[in-house]
Amino acid sequence: MDAIFLQFLNGLDKGGAYALIALGLTLVFGTLGVVNFAHGALFMLGAFCAVTLRKLLTLEMVATDPEKVTAWGTPLEIRTPYVEAWFGDFGAFMVDFSVPFSILLAIPVMLVIGVVMERGLIKHFYRRPHAEQILVTFGLAIVLQEIIKHYFGANPIPQPMPSAVGGAADIGAALGMDPNVIVYPWWRLIYFAFSVVVIGAVFAFLQFTTFGMVVRAGMADRETVGLIGIDIDKRFTAMFGLAAIVAGMAGVMYTPLLPPDYHLGMDFLVLSFVVVVVGGMGSLPGAVAAGFLLGILQSLASMTEIKAIIPGIDQIIIYLVAVIILLVRPRGLLGRRGVMES
Amino acid sequence: MSERKDGPSRRKVLKGAAAGLVTAGVAPTIFTSSAHAFRNEPTGDTVTLGFNVPQTGSYADEGADELRAYQLAVEHLNGEGDGGMLNTMQPSALKGEGILGKKVAYVTGDTQTKSDAARASAKRMIEKDGALMISGGSSSGVAIAVQGLCQEMGTIFMAGLTHSNDTTGKDKRRYGFRHFFNAYMSGAALGPVLGQEYGKDRRAYHLTADYTWGWTQEESMINSTEALGWETAETVKTPVGAGDFSQYITPVLNSGADVLILNHYGRDMVNSLTQAIQFGLKDRQSNGKDFQIVVPLFSRLMAQGAGENIKGILGSTNWNWSLQDAGSQAFVKSFGAKYGFPPSMAAHTCYVQTLLYADACERAGTFDPIQVIKALEGHKFDGMGNGPTEYRAEDHQCFKDVLVVRGNENPTSQFDLLNVVQQVPRSQVEYDASIFGGDLGPYEV
Amino acid sequence: MNKIFSMSRKDVLTFVIFSAVVLLMPIWLQPFGAAYPDLMQKFAIFGILAIGFNVLFGLTGYLSFGHAAFLGVGSYTAVWTFKLFSMNPIPALILAVIMAGLFALAIGYVSLRRSGIYFSILTLAFAQMSYNLAYSVLTPITNGETGLQLELQDPRVIDSAFGSTSDGSLPVSNLFGLVDMNGIPGFYFCAVFLIIGFFITQRIFASPFGMMLRAIKSNQTRMNYTGFNTRPYTLTAFVISGMFAGLAGGLMAVTDPLAGAERMQWTASGEIVLMTILGGVGTLIGPVVGAWLIKYFENIFSSFNESVLHNLFAFLPDGVEKFVVEITSMFVGEGWHLTLGLIFMLVVTFLPGGMMEGFRRIGSLFNRDGGDKAKPNEKTPAPAPAE
Repeated sequence: MDAIFLQFLNGLDKGGAYALIALGLTLVFGTLGVVNFAHGALFMLGAFCAVTLRKLLTLEMVATDPEKVTAWGTPLEIRTPYVEAWFGDFGAFMVDFSVPFSILLAIPVMLVIGVVMERGLIKHFYRRPHAEQILVTFGLAIVLQEIIKHYFGANPIPQPMPSAVGGAADIGAALGMDPNVIVYPWWRLIYFAFSVVVIGAVFAFLQFTTFGMVVRAGMADRETVGLIGIDIDKRFTAMFGLAAIVAGMAGVMYTPLLPPDYHLGMDFLVLSFVVVVVGGMGSLPGAVAAGFLLGILQSLASMTEIKAIIPGIDQIIIYLVAVIILLVRPRGLLGRRGVMES
Repeated sequence: MSERKDGPSRRKVLKGAAAGLVTAGVAPTIFTSSAHAFRNEPTGDTVTLGFNVPQTGSYADEGADELRAYQLAVEHLNGEGDGGMLNTMQPSALKGEGILGKKVAYVTGDTQTKSDAARASAKRMIEKDGALMISGGSSSGVAIAVQGLCQEMGTIFMAGLTHSNDTTGKDKRRYGFRHFFNAYMSGAALGPVLGQEYGKDRRAYHLTADYTWGWTQEESMINSTEALGWETAETVKTPVGAGDFSQYITPVLNSGADVLILNHYGRDMVNSLTQAIQFGLKDRQSNGKDFQIVVPLFSRLMAQGAGENIKGILGSTNWNWSLQDAGSQAFVKSFGAKYGFPPSMAAHTCYVQTLLYADACERAGTFDPIQVIKALEGHKFDGMGNGPTEYRAEDHQCFKDVLVVRGNENPTSQFDLLNVVQQVPRSQVEYDASIFGGDLGPYEV
Repeated sequence: MNKIFSMSRKDVLTFVIFSAVVLLMPIWLQPFGAAYPDLMQKFAIFGILAIGFNVLFGLTGYLSFGHAAFLGVGSYTAVWTFKLFSMNPIPALILAVIMAGLFALAIGYVSLRRSGIYFSILTLAFAQMSYNLAYSVLTPITNGETGLQLELQDPRVIDSAFGSTSDGSLPVSNLFGLVDMNGIPGFYFCAVFLIIGFFITQRIFASPFGMMLRAIKSNQTRMNYTGFNTRPYTLTAFVISGMFAGLAGGLMAVTDPLAGAERMQWTASGEIVLMTILGGVGTLIGPVVGAWLIKYFENIFSSFNESVLHNLFAFLPDGVEKFVVEITSMFVGEGWHLTLGLIFMLVVTFLPGGMMEGFRRIGSLFNRDGGDKAKPNEKTPAPAPAE
């Protein structure tokens, strides 16, 4: 029972990540009708916002000690981080909390990247076939990741979480059970909470603001909204920026769980498309539901007991579920008719 | 590409008019004529070696480091730079005048860490660029695939980083040679140290990368730990490149195990170790003992990606730059002087392999692969970083000391990640060549 | 029967020129440094793969994102045929095509119940399942990560019945013991199949069946409303293109007897899509050009290391040379992915019809004053820097 509970919990934090990525992808699908293969790259760029900030915060003064020599013959270097030298304890605190702080950096950076991407490239592909959208955004994704590789190398770069939440929380004890039975990493719980907050905020924005209302109306019937005299394009550009921000924040917060490297986006790309399609093209609630569903199923399928019955099930569960859902429900969980079918 | 050397065209591909064109360029060479002829026999004043490393994909940094080592080796062979291990290698027939008087040139290729791409790239170097020897690799699947190809082509393959037992076991080939250690040796070296450090009464939980290397690593670790009296609680296979391993780590918590053995390498290792520590496994108590994590194959380069998390973790490695013998120091010094940082173990094995090949050619007095193979088989040497070493003739595996290392608690630099706990003597990790089966195949191909 | 072979003059001309271009590869690829057997074999094999894919995607508009699975099935079947029966490529290829066809029939039957992106995701899911299982659980059949290889102990019942003896080395695939399937003969073997495959697609494009498929592409709903069941047609196209992929997979095993799981990964499927779009979807020759271009980049651009560049630019003054090498090295060698990504973006942005549209535009530049020398321009080799 404990095991199932733990796996369920695990599915929630996995699902949170899937849902966040799928949410941004669906925002772009639903509004602009563009299949964005560079969405994974946006996630990766977000993660590298965290890497960059940490790099900046840990920039070091390098003084060489001519007396001593390293084993490989260069003078020994003495390094002191600037931030600590200037701000003392507060500097150390900044470094410790660099990942949460990175969100503040990621929001403007990702907004700019998103808007530039949309205005500079995606805009020209609204009315082009999906296959061409796929090719051009895939090309963009490769270019973006190669640029990152050029500056940051191919190895993963660790991003420690704040030490205050570094360990694991004893959930079992908090619920009055035996201690040390149900423990779960703090950061994963935080990630889950974070994803719920962001998803909630996006929904609230679309539901309760005039801006969101117009966008939703545009998603449903672009032409009519245009005829009323509303410049829907501008709002859709803003939605692309929003999607980029969501992907970027998801990337920032994911870095302590998975040391980021330049290839991170590609690894999530296929998965996020499966999530979006299972949820139903263009449906935001569908994307979120599918994200959590697939996350939980993946966790449960990885249990030794289940693998003993069906060997290898953990490797294919996501795809298997996708096939079954698409055969039972032609347009995914909550998809609308006629979206992306031609 | 002026440096490309094309062997003489032995075969008229397109008879008549086209023949002139063909000789001018490619040389599709299938030898049927004289017995002494061999593919890509160097005719000019240079000899071309092919370095096949991952330049794209997850292992690109490791591949870049391997390439640096190859470039350094070529420099040293040609008598440039400070000579590195040329000065410490014993016995050595190398004089820093190239190989057999011919200047060493090289071509490079990208394996992409995929068997197909690696074979295509090796074929290009052999068929088009006239490479006489292929070296490289950062994964066992790729190394085995390229080794098989080299056997078919009659070209010597000096394996780079490949750790699976199969490379010189089940899939060994006459034309393939491995200096790097293997999973069996990791197990045999780690076992006794684990016994000393963590006692004889332990229950181990294995997470294993679900492919051949992972399986051989798991098997070797189970054999050596069970010989100590440990129990194996559970062995769980994880998909390669899973990214998030948390769903496999949660069951560890209440499994009754008190040691977690991560049979992962590269990115998988970085991720699973980082995530396991977030689950508080390192601070956990189980069965009244401190919970421990073991990573059988450590790579300093990849360990950087795990950051703080490797502190105090035991594992094994082929070589580390902190070794104090003359060979290691000479290599670290010339590598550091050229690039500004110390070499990785992947760089070390690639450098040594290149020198060993060149030395074998000198000793054989010819580039003829058959003679070179015979010169390498059973060759004993020293001064290359791991103490006295032997290329065993039966399986083309090098036998030498293996390092058991621990993640450094107080690193003095970003490179100072591993402390050598013990240099396990060769005798302890040696095994009978027949236990893994396989067949080297013929000299003549 | 006669009708099948009756072709328009333009088609005959295209076919003849195409065959000539393929067969003369060892000559005209010289200046590009690509005229070595392995790469030419790859050109032929991936050409087959791309034209087969084009039968499905180019004609029906169904975008399969799992085509690599059939390539993998073909390879595994061919290697198993080598291991169990004979090193002759003919039975291996026949079985590879049949197995891939059966696989395509099963996957196509299920996936074609949906259209648009739902179809793409279904094919992707099937291919990824095949890949993941082949890499791990199915290792007894596929030999997992290492890849399925020939072994000395393989039974090869037909070969041994004919008394072929082993000399202790691994056998090479050969045509009735006459020609070994590696090197240049291996290339010509593949080239013949590429030409046959091209001929078949040409016929499909011109046939009523091809017209039907195009009609499905332009408006499937309307076709369905007229009471016309489109499924048998799309399924046939799917199976045909799956068999082409199986043939390509089989040929890969024939020229190089190793089959690895990564051939089925989504990136491999994606590569096929990219080849087709890059060259020109729905055109006969475009996909082949796309395949050649991508394989050329993968094999030649990736091999330019810094020392090659230094040699290349040695004529420049020192400072300038260093700068030029620094800039170019970002795009070649380990940076070849970057170049590929940029090319995708440029081609798709400015030449939506792929490389073929580019050639057409260049062609129309020369023919602006209405000369009747209108010739297919597909012969123009892919633009690549001379060495």
